[in-house]
Amino acid sequence: MKKNLGILGILMVVFLATAYGSKSFFTPYNLFNLVERSSLYGIIGIGVAFVIITSGIDLSIGSLIGLVAVMFPFVVVEHQMSLGAGLMAVFGLSLAVGVTHGLLITKLKLQPFVVTLCGLMIYRGLARWLVSDKTMGYGNESFAGLKVLVGNASQLPGCASLPGAKHVPVVFLILIVLGTVAAIFLNKTIYGRYLLALGRNEQAARFSGINTTKMIILAYVLCSMISGLGGLLFALDYGSIQPDSFGNFYELYAIAAAVLGGCSLRGGEGSIFGIVLGAALMRLLMNSISMLGIDDQLEPTVIGFVILIGVIVDQLVKRIAAHRRAVLQARQAS
Amino acid sequence: MSDSNTSLLLSVENVTKRFPGVTALNQVSLTLAESEVLALIGENGAGKSTLMKILAGVQLPDEGQVRVAGVSVRLDSVQTAQRNRIALIHQELNLSGNLTVGANIFLGREPIKRGLIDKRKIREDSVALLARVGLNVSPDTIVDSLPIGQQQLVEIARALSVDARILIMDEPTSSLSQHETERLLEVVKDLRSRGVSVIYISHRLGEVAELADRVTVFRDGANAGDLRRDEITHNRMVQLMVGREISQFYARKPHQPGAVALEVKELETPENPGHRLSFSVRAGEIVGVSGLVGAGRTELLHVLFGVDAAVFGTVAVDGQVLRLRSPRDAIQAGIALVPEDRKQQGIILEMAVRTNIGLPGLRQHQKTGGFLNRIQEGADSVAMIARMRIKTPSERQVVQFLSGGNQQKVVLGKWLSMNPKVLLLDEPTRGIDIGAKQEIYALMEELAEQGVAILFVSSEMEEVIGMSDRTLVMHEGRITGELTRDELTEETIMQLATGNVGAHP
Repeated sequence: MKKNLGILGILMVVFLATAYGSKSFFTPYNLFNLVERSSLYGIIGIGVAFVIITSGIDLSIGSLIGLVAVMFPFVVVEHQMSLGAGLMAVFGLSLAVGVTHGLLITKLKLQPFVVTLCGLMIYRGLARWLVSDKTMGYGNESFAGLKVLVGNASQLPGCASLPGAKHVPVVFLILIVLGTVAAIFLNKTIYGRYLLALGRNEQAARFSGINTTKMIILAYVLCSMISGLGGLLFALDYGSIQPDSFGNFYELYAIAAAVLGGCSLRGGEGSIFGIVLGAALMRLLMNSISMLGIDDQLEPTVIGFVILIGVIVDQLVKRIAAHRRAVLQARQAS
Repeated sequence: MSDSNTSLLLSVENVTKRFPGVTALNQVSLTLAESEVLALIGENGAGKSTLMKILAGVQLPDEGQVRVAGVSVRLDSVQTAQRNRIALIHQELNLSGNLTVGANIFLGREPIKRGLIDKRKIREDSVALLARVGLNVSPDTIVDSLPIGQQQLVEIARALSVDARILIMDEPTSSLSQHETERLLEVVKDLRSRGVSVIYISHRLGEVAELADRVTVFRDGANAGDLRRDEITHNRMVQLMVGREISQFYARKPHQPGAVALEVKELETPENPGHRLSFSVRAGEIVGVSGLVGAGRTELLHVLFGVDAAVFGTVAVDGQVLRLRSPRDAIQAGIALVPEDRKQQGIILEMAVRTNIGLPGLRQHQKTGGFLNRIQEGADSVAMIARMRIKTPSERQVVQFLSGGNQQKVVLGKWLSMNPKVLLLDEPTRGIDIGAKQEIYALMEELAEQGVAILFVSSEMEEVIGMSDRTLVMHEGRITGELTRDELTEETIMQLATGNVGAHP
């Protein structure tokens, strides 16, 4: 929690500054959208956190999101599958992708970067080929039942009369549930401990009797499954999917959110709450840039700089902490 | 000591160095004459490394001075130290393994010809330098392809290339085999005869006794005493280091072993195919495994612990033949391994003492649904810290801030909490100080008394002889002999370790 104070601070500052600088920022409509999009990014950030903790990486998230997003209407609308069968297909695909990544990385000892980079290209190509680059829509009636997922909480069964429910995006609730489960898994179960341990030192973890192969495969499966879920939610929210670009760079946003939230790419550390904050900061920045009338084209530049400053500050804080600890220890020793 | 003596090559006079909250060196003095090998010994934390850093120009003393050939010098950088012809050979080698021997010797000082590196000159000069350290390899050899003992010689050649006359060697033999160590000692003796002076830091008192002209002992950051050539004995050195008389350094007592706990039959390791190993260890017995580095001892332990799969043969614990596919299988059968590479395989440096101790038992202690049992983990680790006398401010301390000896106790502690039947130890006292070594010996004794079967790999002959009930000697993947306690001497071990099987019945 203490570790996340810095990013929480930046988040507040940007929030207040934008609220001060733009009239349309602090409106229910904008805030609803902001929270909704932040939640979507948070969800995929949580997914990639599992592999980053094992000192791995998943570059294929964006392409998998694209593939899931076109595949779902493709099988449901064009091939008249039932919604349930469509969902099975989408999550079955995500599961297969995760298992494949995990097996290639653990059994064949390929580097995660390489495996998932290939995934990035393969799934994008498949997405475009599957629907011949046609734009896919989610306007069909078959999806009506799922639309509630990207609506507001008052549309949930039995919640219509709850005060304020219509200002709460359902994906935000999904994020909270997913985040809580993920945080408990990571911090309170032996499996979370295994992931953190093997992320620091896989060999020592294996020598301690941990089945590191199984745990690494599990991390990639979790990442792909959560990406699949994220892809579905993104697609329902956006409604219209361009196979060649939908989800582009999402893996990098997810990784950036994880890094901002305190994950080290060297593995072994990460906090779910931090990642959610990281994702929120990124969405907020995108929103602020358009609200404050900053040139749209500068958006990635601004985000890049903010992340860079964030990690620099983090590094400095760590150094100061390490120095303090050394001094303290020397005192105790003498 | 305060009078400067110009016949001395180096004198350190009343040097004090303080770090925030701790005095690392308190008024220490040391002298080094020309063509002299001075051994500097002391427990970890005695201040040896701090003094070496001062001499190498890495740190400046707060008080006192350093004289080189009678002239007071201020060693404020590595370059200044080099100009004063002082070179430090660090414990962990500082070579770029991907480059050639020649490139390493001249790294940072490459001769230039027409704007390009003069490879021909590097080659020619390297050949001469390598000859001086008795290393017969081509300067174009990639460093990584050399065994560690030869890499050490490359490092010495590099020191000689800057024309060092004061060579500081920090634990140069800690990762060398007996054979490589002997070679290195010869090289040091040869350098001495050519006028190079050496400060030789080592925990291995046997080689100190063989090599040193004089011994200076540090204890708790201060001078504890000096020994002249004729005063250098094992007992005197230990006594000065720990500040008390050691009546019995090794704790092994004679006793009756129990039933066979570990039974290995015709085991073939993937590293040494073609050789089948058979032996057994009884409950309460300590069996040493001696041999040169590369004899296949670590490989044997890795197969017994399920890290590598056996090519052939069986391993049984308490008569039960095991199926070893991973360390987890071995742990479940009651086998524990304290690995040779402590930092890579033994502990997770960035995690807390309690996390490390708790790691192997997480599964066993889990609550329903796979939840961590934090209370148990905390209690177990606190108990283990007390039992092992691990020096740490709390069980939440990150392991990397502990000394080597205490890190090793964490490794032992994590396994003891699993109550193993068979304990495999791979160089358990490497790189740790005498106090911690003794505690580890005492612990081995205690565990053996409780009926644990201990298989104990060590390159330090003294401790193998001191601690084992029986010793297996390995050579190039084979067990060349088995020695009982009465037969154990350095000579009998060496005969078998070098493959001279006929010499012993």
